[in-house]
Amino acid sequence: MTVYWLCFILFLVGLYGVITRRNLIKIAISLSVMEFSCFLFLALIGYTEGGAAPIVDTADPVKIYVDPLPQAMVLTAIVIGLATTAMLMAVIIRIYRKYGTFDIREINNLRG
Amino acid sequence: MELAISVIVIFMILGAIYAIHASDILSAVIAGGIVGYSLVICFLLLKAPDLAIVQIVVETITLIIMVAVVLDSSRKEAYGKFDTQAWVTAATAVVILAILFWFLKEASAPLAPFGENTMRMADAYVNGAVDKTGSVNLVTGVLFDFRGYDTLGEATVLVTAVLGVLTILRIRGRK
Repeated sequence: MTVYWLCFILFLVGLYGVITRRNLIKIAISLSVMEFSCFLFLALIGYTEGGAAPIVDTADPVKIYVDPLPQAMVLTAIVIGLATTAMLMAVIIRIYRKYGTFDIREINNLRG
Repeated sequence: MELAISVIVIFMILGAIYAIHASDILSAVIAGGIVGYSLVICFLLLKAPDLAIVQIVVETITLIIMVAVVLDSSRKEAYGKFDTQAWVTAATAVVILAILFWFLKEASAPLAPFGENTMRMADAYVNGAVDKTGSVNLVTGVLFDFRGYDTLGEATVLVTAVLGVLTILRIRGRK
């Protein structure tokens, strides 16, 4: 159960960064930390003690495998996470070119 | 196994805290890389080799993109004075975190203990999957056969994101 708690704490650390930081890049990093903690949680749920990796050896079948369903879900989520991060960084670099700063409060004050 | 993963997750938490508080943005990006690469080791320990391969590639690409953005712009952290608004934000954050922590504590009560997964859903995916899908890798079987439409949606998201990045970076902004 300890691992689940630590996973929650990692999520909360990322959320704290998103709420309190003023630098856009740090907000992006915190968002990916939250993403990673979700991936880790799903992978933890699917783990079976003494289970083998979910690859069948037809010559020598194993009885117990790790749950393949959360792994397939996380595989999809990782790739989508990369896509969102790339798009976020594109938006951030556009904002920097326009305003010359990463500080969200300063960008808010600069609006005409 | 639980102990090893706990140690790595504590390492990830420390990396995340340093990334949030670093005064140089480039070191914050690198410290964010600690979290991603530790996740690769966790996946390997959790018997998920496919995830580890994908995660190591994705983390490297993310790190390259972030370092390129930082080197193209400013490395300085935006330090303002700690005024009323900052206090209000920090207090709000602490309250939200406390509420969420309580909620997670309540929600995690019915979870099975670590390592005792019951596989209610996955039985249909595991038993006889090799005959049904023709793939010895069960994750591939789920991804491309049982849940093929899911993967199609993922590909759509990827295409949309690439088009979005191209659109955002090409058009000249209003001055």
